[in-house]
Order: sequence, then C-alpha cells, then structure tokens
Amino acid sequence: MSTIGTGYDLSASQFSPDGRVFQIDYASKAVEKSGTVIGIRGKDAVVLAVEKIITSKLYEPDAGGRIFTIEKNIGMAVAGLVADGNYVADIARQEAANYRQQFEQAIPLKHLCDRVAGYVHAYTLYSAVRPFGLSIILASWDEVEGPQLYKIEPSGSSFGYFACASGKAKQLAKTEMEKLKTDMRTDELVESAGEIIYKVHDELKDKDFRFEMGLVGRVTGGLHLINPSELTEKARKAGDAANKEEDSDNETH
Amino acid sequence: MLNNYNSLAQPMWQNGPAPGAFYNFTGGQTPVQQLPRELTTVGPYGTKHSTASSTTGTSVLGIRYDSGVMLAADTLVSYGSMARYQNIERVFKINKNILLGGSGDFADIQSIKRNIDQKMIEDQCCDDNIEMKPKSLASWMTRVLYNRRSRMNPLYIDVVVGGVDNEGTPYLANVDLRGRSYEDYVVATGFARHLAIPLVREKKPKDRDFTAVEASELIRTCMEVLYYRDTRNISQYTVGVCSVNGCGVEGPFQVNENWTFAETIKGY
Repeated sequence: MSTIGTGYDLSASQFSPDGRVFQIDYASKAVEKSGTVIGIRGKDAVVLAVEKIITSKLYEPDAGGRIFTIEKNIGMAVAGLVADGNYVADIARQEAANYRQQFEQAIPLKHLCDRVAGYVHAYTLYSAVRPFGLSIILASWDEVEGPQLYKIEPSGSSFGYFACASGKAKQLAKTEMEKLKTDMRTDELVESAGEIIYKVHDELKDKDFRFEMGLVGRVTGGLHLINPSELTEKARKAGDAANKEEDSDNETH
Repeated sequence: MLNNYNSLAQPMWQNGPAPGAFYNFTGGQTPVQQLPRELTTVGPYGTKHSTASSTTGTSVLGIRYDSGVMLAADTLVSYGSMARYQNIERVFKINKNILLGGSGDFADIQSIKRNIDQKMIEDQCCDDNIEMKPKSLASWMTRVLYNRRSRMNPLYIDVVVGGVDNEGTPYLANVDLRGRSYEDYVVATGFARHLAIPLVREKKPKDRDFTAVEASELIRTCMEVLYYRDTRNISQYTVGVCSVNGCGVEGPFQVNENWTFAETIKGY
C-alpha cells in the first residue's frame, strides 16, 4: 500500500501518472474505516440510519452522533471523520440559512447538495488543505417534492439515490438494499433500516454499537427528527429480530 | 479626501475628516474602528435616516390567565391614514412555547421575525428537543432594541411577547422600541395601552388569576372598544392562545359591532 502512490500522493494538487488524485483516494479510505451509514427513500419519508461503533463504555449514549439536522426538513448523516462532519454540517446549515434569508423558504435539497458538494470539491483542489474524509448523505421531505436522498463522495461528486450506503459494510449494505422494494411505507422503511444495520454489523470486529436514525417525512410533520422514540424502537426491534440467531448481547442501547 | 464631491460642506482643513467622519488622531497606527453603515458618510450629501415608519400596525393586547396567555391584534396594516393591507396576521406563533404580537413599523416587525424564525431553526438543529422560552426571547429582544436605539437607528416596533415555560407557568411581557421591557398580567401597545389596560385591570379578581373564559371575554370586549375608538384599525382580528395544551393563532374573528350607544353621545 505504501508503494502505490509514492511521490504523487503528497498533495491534492498533484495527479498521478495514471490519472488519480491519491489524496482523494486516501480520503475514501478514511470513510471506509468508519461505521456504516445508510439512507433509504420511501413513499413519503426518508430514513437515515447509522451503525455507531462505541469505542469506550465511558461515553454518554448520545456522544459522537453522526446524524445532524441541517434545516427544519433536512437531515444529514456522515461516514468518515466525525470532526470533519461537524464542520461540514455547520457549512450546510449556513448555506440553508442564507438561502432562507434570501428566498424565505427552505432550501431545495438538490440546491443544498450542489452547494455542499462544491464546497467539498474545493478542498480537493489545493495543496494547502486536505480533502474532507467524509461521505455525506442528505435527506429531506416536503409536501411538493416528496422524499429526496443525495450522497456526496469525498471527491465532491454527488448523486441522487433511492437507497445508498457508506462506511465499513457498504458493499454488504448495498446488496441488502437491492432486495428492497421502492416506495415503502414509513413503518416498513424504518424496519428495513434497522434490519440492514443490524445485519451488516460485524459482531467479531466491533463489539459495542448503537443504532441511531434520522427520519423526515409526512409522519414527522415534515420535521427532521433524530431517534424519534417509537419508530427508533421499532427499528431496533426489527433489527434484533433479524439477528436473533446471532449473539446480540454486545449491543448497547 | 482629495476628490471632494461634497460641494455643500468643504473639508475643515487639508487631510482632515469630512463632516460626519472621524479623524484618526493616532497618526495612522491603529485603524479607525469601522462604524456601522448607518453612521458613516456615504453618497455625495452624506446619510440621512428617518425614524418615521411607513406601514404600521396598531394595538396589540395581551392577557395572562391561570394556565396560559392570549394575544390579540387586528389584521390591518395601515399606510399612514390609509387602510392598505387588511388581512395581515400580526400575532405569530414562534414555537410551541412562545407567541409574538407586533405593532409599529411592519417592515421592522417582519425583519425581526425573520431573524427570530432563523433562531428557532438553529434551536432545532441542536437536536435536543429544547425550544426557547418566552422570557429568553423577550430578554433578547430587549437587548437588540436597546442597542439599536442607542445607535440612533431604532426598530420602530412595540411588541408583546407571551407564552409558557417548561413547567407551564405563563409569561407575558411588553418590549418597546427603546428597549424598555416589563411583565404583567395585562400588557398592550398603542391605543390598547390607554383603553384596554384600565378595562382589564378593573375586571381583575383580587385574589386569583383570570380563567380562560374570562380572558377570552375580556379580549372580545376590548377589541370592540378599540374598534369604536381607534381610527387606525378594522373590525377583523386574530387571537393567539398559548398554554400547556398547545400554542396557536385562532381567527380571524369579527368585532360584534353595536353602534346604538352613539346616539347618546353629545360632543366627544
């Protein structure tokens, strides 16, 4: 691994002879080490779910949260370096606030995604800064546009999705998600999210984890809520049930 | 300084400050503090700002009762003596604990309300399900209005802030354009201060708070009296109610006009 990019990987302002910017690839590696994050779009809600790996029993239960509220109806989940996540969440909030100040309405998600992706991309152009080690999943719901889901990669490229995943068990999660049907009802959506996170969690490698989710949709009155009690319980139960043959003693609530 | 477009006032001395500008006596070591735009000289003839309001809202009345508060205001925004915008909400639900009733210059009300709405979104982004309390908002408004007034650029508004805190204790306050604030069981702005407050105080039972029914009746009576006597309102009004059971703005209601008493009046 240390010989692959030698000489061309020291700064983001350098291409390698085979046309890669290694710093961006390394940023993706940081993302791949983090706990899994998924987003699924349903009929009238979008759910974001996080496998939050707990590295110490001394943390408070809500410490190290990877889901953020950006606007009334917009939620964001990150995979990768959480410190970078806090920073980009703040940038996204500022973008949303500026848009609201100009246009007196909530920022459309496509627009926010373009702005945040542009911001992330800007940090891949210069040697003075490093790219963000983040994969960002944005979700929103409103009466007119319905549910929307976008993901931004460390390179700054972004796409819209029906369902997307990032982090450790990204491939496994994607395989599971391909089995899902589109336009699910909110309760099915939330249960699917729980099942997928619990299934892809690797019991042997990371013992303690906490399931967290963000939900925005008609059922939440158009507001982005983090760990709404009833639906989060439902998701956890569904996850537990899907995993009943495995040892689930290691899970912390 | 060399190109002096200010033909009305010549510079007092060479390399000196233009009228209205500040002179840096420290010889250029420390830069002059950037003044807010409204105090710096701009344009060829300097700045002139007026504290006159253009579009205005009239009285707002607030009454505190045993389990909450009620705020009432008519739905008119006047343009001088013209009844220009006749269907405008002037009582706003800020969050589940707070109601705000705005009177005075309506552009200033809209401006500060936008600012407050953004504050509420920031609260929501903290993800702790904690919403601002009415006393906190009233305190913030007091500071903003006082500072603006002290810089000779006021927000020309008179607002009623009402609501309940987490334990359900009702709160009612009035904050004005000078940054003066006070709490009481009845507060009002504009004409309601002179006509409605005495009416409500007269009806106040000595040993207890109003009940919701009494408060509601008083609002109805006061809005009626105001409609007879204030010449800058209309008969349609909305009422905000905030208690532990919920917070919302109801209406619009119509004043139950009864002008038969007019015949009995001789003179004014």
